[in-house]
Amino acid sequence: MTLLDTLCTAYGPSGREDKVRQIIENEVGSLGVEIKTDPMGNLICRRSPKAARARGKKIMFCAHMDEIGVIVTHIDKNGFLRFTGVGGVFPEHIPYQHVIFESGLTGVIGLEPRRDQTKPLLLENMYIDIGARDKDDALKNVRIGDIAAFNRSASRIGDRFTGKALDDRVGCFCLIETLKRLKKNDNDLYFVFSVQEEVGLRGARTGAYAIEPAYAIAVDVTLTGDAPEAEKMEVGLGKGTAIKVKDSSFIAHPVVKDKLVSIADRLKIPYQLEVLNRGTTDAAVIQLIKEGVVSGVVSIPTRYVHTTCETCDLGDVDWTIKLITAVAESGLE
Amino acid sequence: MLKELSELPGVSGDEHLVSDYIKNAISGHVSEITEDDYGNLIVRKGDPARPRIMLAAHMDEVGFMITGIEKSGLLKFKTIGLSPQVVPGKRVIIGRNKVPGVIGNKPIHHSKKDDLEKIQEIKTLSIDIGANSKETAQKIVEIGELGTFDTEFREQGDIIYGKAFDNRLGCYMLMQMILQTDLPLYYAFTVQEEAGLRGARIAAYRVSPDLGIAVDTTSSGEWPSEKDVPLYPVLGKGPAVTITDSSLICDRNLVRLIEKTAADHNLPYQIKRPMIGGTDAGPIHLTKEGVPSAVVAVPARYIHSPMSIASKKDVDTGIKLLSLSVENMLKEYAVKS
Repeated sequence: MTLLDTLCTAYGPSGREDKVRQIIENEVGSLGVEIKTDPMGNLICRRSPKAARARGKKIMFCAHMDEIGVIVTHIDKNGFLRFTGVGGVFPEHIPYQHVIFESGLTGVIGLEPRRDQTKPLLLENMYIDIGARDKDDALKNVRIGDIAAFNRSASRIGDRFTGKALDDRVGCFCLIETLKRLKKNDNDLYFVFSVQEEVGLRGARTGAYAIEPAYAIAVDVTLTGDAPEAEKMEVGLGKGTAIKVKDSSFIAHPVVKDKLVSIADRLKIPYQLEVLNRGTTDAAVIQLIKEGVVSGVVSIPTRYVHTTCETCDLGDVDWTIKLITAVAESGLE
Repeated sequence: MLKELSELPGVSGDEHLVSDYIKNAISGHVSEITEDDYGNLIVRKGDPARPRIMLAAHMDEVGFMITGIEKSGLLKFKTIGLSPQVVPGKRVIIGRNKVPGVIGNKPIHHSKKDDLEKIQEIKTLSIDIGANSKETAQKIVEIGELGTFDTEFREQGDIIYGKAFDNRLGCYMLMQMILQTDLPLYYAFTVQEEAGLRGARIAAYRVSPDLGIAVDTTSSGEWPSEKDVPLYPVLGKGPAVTITDSSLICDRNLVRLIEKTAADHNLPYQIKRPMIGGTDAGPIHLTKEGVPSAVVAVPARYIHSPMSIASKKDVDTGIKLLSLSVENMLKEYAVKS
């Protein structure tokens, strides 16, 4: 399994990112970075010139470790589990999906056949079947408040990579690869693997407060307009990395956007300019920390976001890594 | 104390009568009381310790604000934290003059069938204080004044009935901890929680705690239902401990500590229904570099309505659980200097 497969397959819904953090720590442990975990659970890796006076500006790169999931709200007398969503869980995306709990307990999501089909589909129409005989049997392995992630291994379709949790494990993968490829840097670089983005951009807020960077670049997925009846959007798979202009909660700072464009032009990195109608990233809260942080976003175009079939182009991933590595080495000035 | 706390008026935006009452009750038992510019009461008990722990309970209740006075003497209003269905027909008390009023509901004799089946919008309702003209009304009420439900506190055995249990029960629990224990702690009696968790945000920034616990009152889940659906927490089975709500995912280690404390001391407790509602712990845990936080809440029926019902035993168990948990937190998170 490649690192990207391992990252995407790992269990890590919001608030339960430990296993993902462990994988990342193992990967970056020998790269000469200062590693720490903060009170919220963010993993912060600092790569900085040894001499303090040689350090330029603080630049924070950020990708979130958490994925969306479901949380048990009730165990019925027959041992079926009722649940609600953790992060943006769309009812249409989840019937008959496989789920897995932190303990390794697995289940499948059933849909009530006798529900009122004239009304919109709701999470209340579904339940998790863990194969329990009754409530007591279920209680041996699960309790109210347990959180499950979707359970799906990654695979290839053509040249594309598909699986669950590309949002934002592919972003984490890009930051890890950047750390591995990074040669020189004159700036005080922070690679932050944040928690709880899906439930409200929470880890990024406190992480950025602690670091107080001058610049920040979030690395996350963005949608595409290139599948049937997709909402109109210029971004598509196989056209390069995406440099964000704007999303629903964020306008990229021109300094960052223009620098990314100029680096991409110089290094002949194919890129797309991205305007996202609905959705945002950690950058939206990072930019408002304290006196403000000059922020931008580099995105990996991805189809079917927040499903178990999130799909991206591995060539786009590689261009993304090249761009981030270049801006990490050159800085933003 | 429960009676006074329940009956005091203190809608989000003007909690001063509640904070005055609390200050009087606890002064002499604490090292320092600070009132910030918004009315948050920040109390330090004992010498500053590490970990610095902050317990927060909001003083404000849901209610009404007068937005207009009609020619007829009827008052137009908006609600703070209330849904339209609990409003028609209710008795209220308005403003500094404690003017009694009623949110007039058209009597059934005058109603069409359609009227009876709809939930009335707030903008179609008025508060009647018995004034027959705008001039008469203006003598005793002003636009901008706040009003509460008019509910007398009652108790029968273990059961208590009254308004504003959310969150005067929480305030009561903190006050009892101040009076009964010597734990070195910060207690924050916050403002404007019902309007958007606002007071806690600035109180937590000022205190800068290492650990936080919001002490609140939560909606019980007991409803008659034929379906096998979530119907918890319930009265009488102890305080509810939060794993997640809409405003935070509680720190796992803190939740573990609280549950273990309950188990070690045989204290009954329940798990709060996940992802429902928000508390002061939301803004607290996102303060500065992050503050591991948890929530302990007393279940009450019919919060955000004229009358709630709760169990005194649940309140007392809550006080015990919080006190013992804080003791354990002080040990387990002690900073070695």
